[in-house]
Amino acid sequence: MSVSPAVPSTRASRPQRGWYKRNEIAITPWLFLLPAMIFFAVYVIIPIGQSFWISLHEWDGLGEKTWVGTANYERLLGWGDANVDRKFSVSFWNNLKWLVLYLLAIPAGLFIALFLNQTVTGIRFYKSMFFFPFVISQVVVGLVFSWFYLPREGLLNAILGFFGAGPINVLGDPTLATYGIIAAGLWPQTAYCMILYLTGLNAVDPEQVEAARLDGAKGPKMLWYVILPQLKPATFIAFVVTIIGALRSFDLISVMTNGGPFGSTRVLSFYMFEESLSEFGFRMGYGAAIAVILFFIMLGFITYFLYAMYQDEKGAR
Amino acid sequence: MFPTPIAKTSRTWQISYQALLPVMLIIWLLPLIAVANFSIKPESDFVNGNYWGIPSSFEAFSNYGRVFFESNMPRYLWNSLFITIPTVIGAVALSAMAGFALGVYKFKGNLLLFFIFIAGNFVPFQILMVPVRDLTLSLNLYDTKTGLVLFHIAFQTGFCTLFMRNFIRALPFPLIEAARVEGIAEWRIFLFVVLPLMKPALAALAVLIFTFIWNDYFWAVVLTQGPDAQPVTAGITEFNSQYRAAYHLMSAGSIVAALPPVAMFFLMQKHFIAGLTLGAVK
Repeated sequence: MSVSPAVPSTRASRPQRGWYKRNEIAITPWLFLLPAMIFFAVYVIIPIGQSFWISLHEWDGLGEKTWVGTANYERLLGWGDANVDRKFSVSFWNNLKWLVLYLLAIPAGLFIALFLNQTVTGIRFYKSMFFFPFVISQVVVGLVFSWFYLPREGLLNAILGFFGAGPINVLGDPTLATYGIIAAGLWPQTAYCMILYLTGLNAVDPEQVEAARLDGAKGPKMLWYVILPQLKPATFIAFVVTIIGALRSFDLISVMTNGGPFGSTRVLSFYMFEESLSEFGFRMGYGAAIAVILFFIMLGFITYFLYAMYQDEKGAR
Repeated sequence: MFPTPIAKTSRTWQISYQALLPVMLIIWLLPLIAVANFSIKPESDFVNGNYWGIPSSFEAFSNYGRVFFESNMPRYLWNSLFITIPTVIGAVALSAMAGFALGVYKFKGNLLLFFIFIAGNFVPFQILMVPVRDLTLSLNLYDTKTGLVLFHIAFQTGFCTLFMRNFIRALPFPLIEAARVEGIAEWRIFLFVVLPLMKPALAALAVLIFTFIWNDYFWAVVLTQGPDAQPVTAGITEFNSQYRAAYHLMSAGSIVAALPPVAMFFLMQKHFIAGLTLGAVK
C-alpha cells in the first residue's frame, strides 16, 4: 500500500491561515506520538541506559553509588584472578536449557493443532479448552503444577505408582527441578503455539492441498512440503513468543521453587532479582550487571526478529 | 484442508477420533482438574489420604466462602481490577494515537520509531527493574496502584503500537484522503474516520492487555508490597502462607485468582485470538 503525500487543502487559496493549519500534516503525527513517546522513553528507553550506568557501580539502592568500573562484570564472568560466579554459571546454563526445551512448544503446538483441525460437532469447545491454560496466570500455573508434583498428595506420583514407578519428588531433586518447571511452562506455551497454528491452518490454500493430493502427496510429506511452508508466518510468531517467554521465565521459578533446591533452578532473570532485592541486602549494581548480560543475550534474538520484520516491511512497500 | 477432513475417512477412524477427543482433553487438563477437585474437598479428605478420589462431601461453598470472607483475597481482587482497567484504557488510547501517526503519515524517522517501539517490547524486564523501581520510589508512587499502572501503560504501549499501526496500515487509505479533500482537520479524521474502523483492533487489544496485566507477577512484586496495592497474583502468596498446607483452601484461592481472565477469554474469544496472532496470521 502506498502512502500518498498530503492532498492540498481545497482552501489553499486563502492567504491567511494559522501556522498550525499550514503545517498540519507535518505536525499532527508528532502530536499524536508525543504521549506514547514520553511514556515509552521514561519507563523503557531511558531505564535501559540507566541500567548500564548502574551496572558500573556498587549501590544499595539508597545511598551514594560507588564507581567500580567493570568490577561487577569481572566478578560475574570470572575475568582476571576471580573465579566465575558459580550462581551465575548455574543460572546461565539453566537459561540455555529453558531456551532449547521451551522450543518444544512449537512442534507440540503444531501437533495438537493438526489433531484439532477438524469440523466435528463441539470442536470449537475443544479448541478453546485446549487453549485456555494460556489464559491462566503463570503464578497459578506454577501452583497447580507444584501441587501436581507433590510427593505424597500429588497426582503425578499417583499415576507413576499406578504404573509401578517409584515416587519422585520432582521439585525437591536438584537434577529434576528445572525440567519440572520447564514442563509446567510448556503447558501454556504449547497452547499458545497451538492457537497460532490453528489460525494459520485456516488460511492454508485448499487448492494447493487438493493439487498436492492429486499428485499423490499425503501424510508427513504433504505436511513438510505443502503445509509447513504456508505456515511460515505462524511459525515465526511462535518462535518469537517462545524465545521471549523462555528468557523471561521468572514467575514459575519464583512460585514453584524460589530458586531452590540448593539454587539449582535459578535462571538469570531470577538471579538478578534475587541479587537486587533479596533479604541479604540490595546489590543493585551487581543485579544490573546480570540484567545487562541477559539483555545482550536477548539482543541477538531481537536483532534477528527486527531484521525479519524489516524485510517484510520492505516487501510491503 | 489438512489433515484430511474426518468426514472423508473411514468409519472406524471417525469413531475413534470422537472418542479420542475427550480423552486427550482430560489428559491435557489433568493438573487443573486435580486442583479443581482439591478445591471442593473437605479438610478431612486430606487427613485421611483421599487426595485424588471423589470428595467425601461437597464443600465448594464453605471453601470458596472462606476465600471471600476470611482472607484478604477480595482486596487483592479489587486491586487487580483497579490496576488492570486503567492500564487497558491508557495503553489502548496511547497506542491508538501512536499507531495512527505511524500508520498514516510519512515522515522522517517513522520506521525507526516504529522499530524502537517493537524492540522495547522484546526487552527483558530485568534490565528495567532497578531504574523503574528507583523512579517509582522517587515519584512517591512505590506500593501504590498508580505506580504500577503508569509503568504498565508505558510498557504495553510498545506491543499495542505495533498492533495498531499494522491494523491502520491495512485500512483503505483513500478514505483518509477523501476526508482531507473535504478539509476535515487531522484530529477529526482520527476521531471520526479512523477510530470507528478500528473497533475490532481496540477490542482485541483490550482483552489481551487485560489478561496480560491481570496475570503480571514480576512488576507486582517489584513495585508493591502489601494488601493496599498488590494485585491478586502477588496476594495469592500471602494467602497461601496464611493457609499453609491447607490445600483445599489454597486451590480454591488460586482458582478465584485465575478466573477473571478465563471468563474474559470465553466471553471475547474471537477478539482474543485475533489479538494473539498479532493480526498477522489472518
